[in-house]
Amino acid sequence: MEEEKVRQSQNKLDSDEVIIDPPKAGASFFRGMRDAVPIGLGYLAVSFSLGIACGNADLSIAQGFWLSALNVSSSGQYAGIVLIREHATLIELVLMILIANARYMLMSCALSQKLNPNMPFFHRLLIGYGITDEIFGLEIAVPGYVKPRYAYGVMLGAIPGWAIGTCLGVFMGNVMPPVFAEAMNVAIFGMFLAIIIPPAKTDKIAGVFVLAGFIASFIASVAPIVSGLSSGTRILILTVVLSAIAAILFPIKEDIEEEAKEQVEAFEAKGGEK
Amino acid sequence: MSVYGYILIMALVTYAIRVVPLTVLRKPIKNRFLRSFLYYVPYITLAVMTFPAILDATSRPLYGALAFLVGIALAWINGNLFVVEAGCVLVVLACHYLH
Repeated sequence: MEEEKVRQSQNKLDSDEVIIDPPKAGASFFRGMRDAVPIGLGYLAVSFSLGIACGNADLSIAQGFWLSALNVSSSGQYAGIVLIREHATLIELVLMILIANARYMLMSCALSQKLNPNMPFFHRLLIGYGITDEIFGLEIAVPGYVKPRYAYGVMLGAIPGWAIGTCLGVFMGNVMPPVFAEAMNVAIFGMFLAIIIPPAKTDKIAGVFVLAGFIASFIASVAPIVSGLSSGTRILILTVVLSAIAAILFPIKEDIEEEAKEQVEAFEAKGGEK
Repeated sequence: MSVYGYILIMALVTYAIRVVPLTVLRKPIKNRFLRSFLYYVPYITLAVMTFPAILDATSRPLYGALAFLVGIALAWINGNLFVVEAGCVLVVLACHYLH
């Protein structure tokens, strides 16, 4: 059971399944930490391969720590590592991070409905820092308003694992025999495949666009003119273009939004949290 | 720009994305195009970052290609993140010692 929880918390695109025993309204700081344990352990393991990638870009352990502690995002951080390695320009960096992490905006918007409008403003500044796929998954499952103390418990249970795992990855990448270090280089790509391939089985359109991503990215790396761009710029352009095409041709169904609206309405009908 | 410069800019942009909706907007995103776009971005950006970059991650592109194929197969059959990661790593190790 516990193992199953860890496994599910790995899957960044499937985060609502993390919760087996949903937290209660007004859950405490310690309940938050407890709920976050499987996430923290998962983060420890996942960020290890990110640490290996940091090491390959010549980042120190301290730099890996701050990168993870301040960003807490897997694809965004990896894109950042690619750009650091290529000495990308400021504008490239800002655009790439905006796109790679834009989905947090969606989560943050949804979470804004789960915070008591009367609570002190600074809580929003702190809770916002901890919005990741998995942490959001826990918070959104709380019935009624999310208490700041619960959010802080979750953040403190999960985020240190992310930063520590990165440090371990940088360290191990530096001390491992070269053959092992080279083999570990592909771990992060294994992680990406484990995130994008399983959902592609049920969502055929996402699957087609994953395949399109592989092909387009390969073509862009060998085609004249485009291949002269840095790989960071190619990632940025391809992501924007393909995602826009997917969104225009195959817009998602609206039921997620209606579901959220129904939840909020049902909650308000009960008179909200007193 | 120094590495810490990069890290700081990344952190600021990421933090702004997370905090502005929570503090200023305070409402769900309704726009269907934007929602759809944001739904597809993670799949596509991870796909684009994986291939062909995995070919450059190993001393010979062939090793990376095999790791890529095995990773897809394992992710399709099993889906467990550790199994997929370990499978990819072991393929490269096996290539080294057997090739």
